[in-house]
This record gives sequence, structure tokens and C-alpha cells, in this order.
Amino acid sequence: MPDVAPAPATEIAPQTGGWPSLVADWSADRHAFRGVSWGKAMMWVFLLSDTFVFSCFLIGYMTVRMSTTVPWPNPSEVFSLEVGGTNFPLLLIAIMTFVLISSSGTMAMAVNFAYRRDRLRTVLLMLATAFFGATFVGMQAFEWTKLIHEGVRPWENPWGAPQFGSAFFMITGFHGTHVTIGVIFLLIVARKAWRGDFDTGRKGFFTSRSGRWEIVEITGLYWHFVDLVWVFIFALFYLW
Amino acid sequence: MGEAVHPANTAIPHDHAEEVELYHPHSWWTRYVFSQDAKVIGVQYSLTAIGIGLVALVLSWLMRLQLGFPGTFDFIDPPAYYQFITMHGMIMVVYLLTALFLGGFGNYLIPLMLGARDMVFPYVNMLSYWVYVLAVLVLVASFFAPGGPTGAGWTLYPPQAILSGTPGGQDWGIILMLLSLALFIIGFTMGGLNYVVTVLQARTRGMTLMRMPLTIWGIFTATVMALLAFPALFVGAVMMLLDRLLGTSFFMPSLVEMGQQLKYGGGSPILFQHLFWFFGHPEVYIVALPAFGIVSDLIATHARRNIFGYRMMVWAIVAIGALSFVVWAHHMYVSGMNPYFGFFFATTTLIIAIPTAIKVYNWLLTLWRGDIHLNVPMLFALGFIVTFVNGGLTGLFLGNVVVDVPLSDTMFVVAHFHMVMGVAPIMVIYGGIYHWYPKITGRMLDETMGKIHFWVTFLGAYLIFFPMHYLGLLGVPRRYHDIGQAAFVPDSAHTLNAFISVVALVVGAAQMLFLFNLAWSLRRGRQAGPNPWGATTLEWQTPETPPGHGNFGPELPVVHRWAYDYSVPGAARDFIPQNEPDPAGRAA
Ligand code: HEM
Ligand SMILES: [Cu+2]
Repeated sequence: MPDVAPAPATEIAPQTGGWPSLVADWSADRHAFRGVSWGKAMMWVFLLSDTFVFSCFLIGYMTVRMSTTVPWPNPSEVFSLEVGGTNFPLLLIAIMTFVLISSSGTMAMAVNFAYRRDRLRTVLLMLATAFFGATFVGMQAFEWTKLIHEGVRPWENPWGAPQFGSAFFMITGFHGTHVTIGVIFLLIVARKAWRGDFDTGRKGFFTSRSGRWEIVEITGLYWHFVDLVWVFIFALFYLW
Repeated sequence: MGEAVHPANTAIPHDHAEEVELYHPHSWWTRYVFSQDAKVIGVQYSLTAIGIGLVALVLSWLMRLQLGFPGTFDFIDPPAYYQFITMHGMIMVVYLLTALFLGGFGNYLIPLMLGARDMVFPYVNMLSYWVYVLAVLVLVASFFAPGGPTGAGWTLYPPQAILSGTPGGQDWGIILMLLSLALFIIGFTMGGLNYVVTVLQARTRGMTLMRMPLTIWGIFTATVMALLAFPALFVGAVMMLLDRLLGTSFFMPSLVEMGQQLKYGGGSPILFQHLFWFFGHPEVYIVALPAFGIVSDLIATHARRNIFGYRMMVWAIVAIGALSFVVWAHHMYVSGMNPYFGFFFATTTLIIAIPTAIKVYNWLLTLWRGDIHLNVPMLFALGFIVTFVNGGLTGLFLGNVVVDVPLSDTMFVVAHFHMVMGVAPIMVIYGGIYHWYPKITGRMLDETMGKIHFWVTFLGAYLIFFPMHYLGLLGVPRRYHDIGQAAFVPDSAHTLNAFISVVALVVGAAQMLFLFNLAWSLRRGRQAGPNPWGATTLEWQTPETPPGHGNFGPELPVVHRWAYDYSVPGAARDFIPQNEPDPAGRAA
């Protein structure tokens, strides 16, 4: 919302400094966060809520890891990949993580070009991001297949605590769903950008809201969040 | 800030960056059914919630019949009784109260009271309602599924919730319940994001946060809490579904059932309790805070006095909201925990009493020497204060570990939570409906029927729940199909039980009178006019009643004052609407 002139908070409450002025700022006329559009605010609030979902999943996982009576399988052995006869612990995961983090880079660049109204570069970078995301999901599917072949099931596995498989499939599955949804959104937004919706302000099919370049940034917020969550899953599940 | 004089506002330019994109319906379907107008969605939410709430009401009669006259009704066998309890509790708490306060009142009031044209994302808002409908349908479906609905208790504690000994545990019941909850949460999230962002970013000119009516503060804070508390329930539901459907053992320790070793092992039932109550306790305040807010406005309006200590009221709402995230384990004293934890949770629980007491004192001080109009909304507001204080005091008992342990799972607990989160919020809901019905329909609800409804409901609720304290102290357990002949239960307790049941039926009948009133007044009610109560808030200042599409005319109102300018000395009327400018000379 670039056309919002700053509403003078000073006119509403005298600036006194310290806490009172913080409160005055936040409770100012019309917007608590000046210059933040509705869509962006909504995405932030949603991400806050989603953070609680992932936190609960991870805390649940840590709890069952402690409550279970059978030893926990060793992640670096379970998640190793055999390449040319040697076993590389965590190789696949390392690659996956690298791919996902890179996608955050391309996403950030896409946002940058979106604000310069550079249609071509924005779209290409978004497609690259979507491609990285899809690669990530693909590698995850590969890992799932591999583990399932080795006998890992949500309710049992050959190496120890059954909760290992339960938590693994649940958490990576839930995260993978997030990535997949992100990829779909990236593709939709990229298509809109390419069609020029954001320059013409063409209205969305469902929402009948006119398109704005800012939507690229909002998609980016979601995408970065999903990456960030992965870092925690990586640390807590694979490295612990 | 609330009282600060607002300058003439000419310096602030119009902002129609997003406003202009109001969705205009083209057909009857998009106007009344798949409507994107928050007002219609609010009414839809309310009617659906009341509809499913009636089911919960009927279930409570059946339970009471069984408790009052054990052995008389063959079809209420123990499994059925458990199913009734579970569905009654869950429907009342989640599908009725939460949906009605946030989805119903929230949708209707937030844009109107803040001077917005609609919620920020009407389409998402509409989806929210339909996902809620889906959740309700899935819930209702469990009544017809093989094995019937779940009988695990509204707390759904594992392991029993998914074992064959519990009704619905190995059938469809628990699955449908968990699915329905997950859907409810998804639907609620869509709506909740809308409410929060509308409050934060879409207020009209001059409407600072510290000028918002307390109704909005209550709904807003409750929504934020819900967005942070429901995730725990969501995760708990997903994990239990996996336990039930895939045979994982998140919550399941190793078990022997009917002499058979089950395949589960190594899970933590206590984990579910933590997840559940991390949601469950805030949930109490998710229904209480909107009630606090609404009742503040009812009292100020109908006692013609400014709310006492507005700022304190706001901070108390926020403080209660924050504190309620660190008290959840007071529901788990009997589950066994480290004594230091018990100490911690008892302390935090008692600390919440402080902001809560502040609110009660402020309500009383608002009433003090006010020009109290004893009309129906005011009666319900007073009824709320009484029942809420009553339930709050027993809460202080139960918050202490040593008192809670013997009282836990007795009728005392049933009495406590019905007072504090059953009757009290329901009082506010009724008060709110009598208060805003004229705005929604343009006609007043019938006053005589309203008064009968109030007195029967209020006195009846007291006669139902007050004696339960006594039963609980005797040791009568909760969730018992039939207490039978126990040495510690005197015969008079059985008589008392029968009495309670009769009153419960009478109270139920009074609710039918209310529903009749709703329908009857739609056509025959007295014409209300735009502002029958002489209220200050923006929803009463709309150009049309009921408010049209877009709420306000071509120009949005500009707010010049807080919401509580009642009986201002020297003013022409005994209230000054929020959008009335100061007389020229007085402007800063
Ligand atoms: C006419 C009014 C009501 C009556 C007569 C009534 C009656 C009852 C009865 C008999 C029980 C079962 C007690 C037991 O054996 O453990 C119960 C449980 C419960 N009720 Fe109500 N109730 C009413 C309204 C409400 C309302 C408005 C709420 C909303 C919060 C509510 C929430 C609950 C809950 C959460 C339970 C516990 C369910 C469980 O143990 O799993 N009730 N009620
Ligand atoms: Cu609690």
C-alpha cells in the first residue's frame, strides 16, 4: 500500500517517549503496522500460528523419543547413502537441505525483481524456486521409498523404537505438504506475473481482488518460512 | 488516549488503497448463501452454532433424565451415556461457544464497530464458514456411523479414547470426532486471520486501538489466543488419528486389553494431556474474553455510564490472554507431576485471579450510581456477573493442588465449569443477541418473553448447578452413569438429583421460548429505528438499519472519541456517538 500517507500518531497522543509512545505507535490511527498491507499482515499472522503447529509436532516428537522404552535408531546410519561402495552419512539430507536453502536465495531475488516490475526475471526466478522445491519433494519421496524398502513403517522399523518411523513420516510428511503447496502457489503466482496481472491489476478468479506485485513477496514470506522450519527439522531429527 | 480530544482530522488523507475492492454479489446465491459479506456470514455462523447447540441441549436433558431417574430409561445404557456426555461437552465448548462468539459476533461486529466496510479478505471469510459447516456435518455424521459417536469424554484422553472398551473407540466415532476437530481448526484459522488483520489494519479514521469498544478488544484477544492454542489440539488430533488408523504409538503405552497384548508400546499418554490442555485452558478464555468485552459494553450502554477504568480493562484482557498460556497443567494435578510443577501452575493460576478481579470490580463500579435500565440485555449482563463470580470463586479452590486432588472428577468440578464457562458466557450470548437483534433485523425482540426467558434461565441454571457443588463435596463422581447405592451418598442426594433434572427440563423449555421469540419478532417485533438503546458505538450510527452492503454510506465514519461518552455533563443527549465531532470551540 504505497499510497498511504503516514497517519500522524502525534496528533492522537502526545509523544512522551518510552513505553507510552510505543503503545501510542501501535495503537495509532487505522493501522497498527504502518505501510503493511492486509495480505502481508495476514501472512505473518498465519505463519505465527503455523509456527505453533510445527513446534507442537517437534515437541511431540522429542517427548516420544524420551518416553519410548526401546533405543532410538542412529540417524546418521539410517540416513546414509551408498555411493560407489562407500557409505556417506546424511548425504541425501545434506543435498536436500542445500537445495532448499538455495531456493530461498532465488525466491529473494524474485521478490527483488518483482518490485522493479521486471516481469521476465521475476517469473524465471520463481520458476527456479519452484523447481528447487519440486526437487526437494522428489528427493524426499526417494528417501521415503528407500526407508520403506528397508522395512521402516509408521508403526515399526528394524532398528529400534517404532516412534522413529512414526515421527519421521509425520513430520517430514507435514513439511513436505507445505513445500508442495508452496510450489503450487509459486506456479500460480508466476503464471499471473507472466500474464501481466500485476501490471494491469486484473482481478483474481476467486477473490476478485486485483493483482499486485506485492503478492510475490507474500508468497516469498511463506516460502522462507517453510525453509526455516526445515532447518529445525534437520537439526532436531537428523543431527540429534 | 481514549479520552484524548481528536483534532479535526483534515490532515489525514483518504485511504482507499484496498477499500474499493468490495465484492458485489450478483445473485440471490452469492448474496445470502455463498455470501462474502461479514454480516451475513456472522448470522450464518450464529444460526449454525445455535442449531448444533440444540443437539447438545437435548443431550443434556437425556443425561439429566438418566441421573435423576436412574434405571427408568432403558435406551440410556452406560455407553450411550458416555456418548451423550462427550458430544454434549465438545459441542457446547467448541461448536457452539467458540463458533458463536468469534464466528458469529466477531463477523457481525468487527467491521461495523471499527468502521470498516467488510473483513479484509471476504472470500477467505466465506470459506471459513463453509469449512465450519463441513466440520459440523462430520460431527453429526458420527451419530449415524456404525458404533455411534465417541464416548471418550470431551477431553478424549488416550489410551482409552481409541480402545474397544470405549464407545466409538474402535469404530467410526473417534475418527470422525478428530477429523471434525481438524476441520473446525482449519476453518476457524481462515476466519481468525481475517478478524485479527481487520482489527489491526482496517480501522476507520480516528479509531485508535485505545478507542475500540471493549467488545472488539475481547474478540480480538480471544482470536489471537485461538490462533496460538488451536495448533496444539490440531497436532494432538493428527497424532491420535495416526495412532488409531496406522497403529503408531505416539500416545499409546504397551497395553493388555481383554487379556490380549496390543501392538502399541512406548508412547506417552501424558503428552496428549499436555497438548490438549495447552489448547483446553486458553479455550476457556477464548469464550470468556469475548464475553467480558461484550458484557462491558452492555453494562456501559444500559447503565448510561462510561466504563470504569477503560485502560485497565484493556490491559486486563491482554494480561489474562497472556497468562492463560502458562496455567494449562492445573487440569493435570491428578495425572501426577513433579511437585514443583504443581506449585508453579497453582501460582500462575491464582495470579490470573488478579486481572479477572479487576474486571469484576470495574463492572461493579460502572454500575455504581448508574442510571440502570433493567431491560433484558442488562438483566443478562447482571446474570453474567453473578454466575461468573460464583464460578471464579470455586476456580480458586480448584486451582490449589491440595484442594483439587480430592475434588477432581466430582460433581464439584462440573458445577464449577458450568458456572464459569457454561452459564456465564451463555448469559452474555443472550444479552448480546437481545442487544444487537434490533440492528440485525430492524426490530426489537419481545420484552415480556425476554424477561420470562431470563428469569427462568438464570434462576433455573442456579438451581441446576448450585446443588452440584454440594453433591461434589459429598463425593458424587462426575461421568458416572449411575451412582447406585454408595454409603457416602445419602438418600436425599438422589432426591436432589431428581430435582435438578426436572429444573433442567424447564430451563430447556425456556430456550424454546427464546427461539420462538427470535422467529416471532422478525415479523411482529416493534420497529427498532437505527439506535434504540442510545448507544455510542459505530454500528448504531449506520445510515441504514439493518446496515446495507458496505455497512456505511459513501463516506466511512470518522471517529472522534472513545466508545463510552455516556451522560456527559453539558451534552445535549445522554450519549455522544463515537463519530460526533467536538463542538468547534472545544477542538484542540
Ligand atoms: C441446560 C444446561 C446444561 C445442562 C443441564 C448440562 C448438564 C451436563 C451434565 C449432566 C453433564 C455430565 C456430568 C457428568 O456426569 O460428568 C455435563 C457435562 C459437561 N457439560 Fe454441560 N450442561 C449444560 C450446559 C452446558 C454448557 C452451556 C456448556 C458449555 C461450556 C457445557 C459444557 C459441558 C462440559 C465441557 C461437560 C463435560 C463433558 C465431559 O465430562 O466430557 N454444558 N453437562
Ligand atoms: Cu484451566
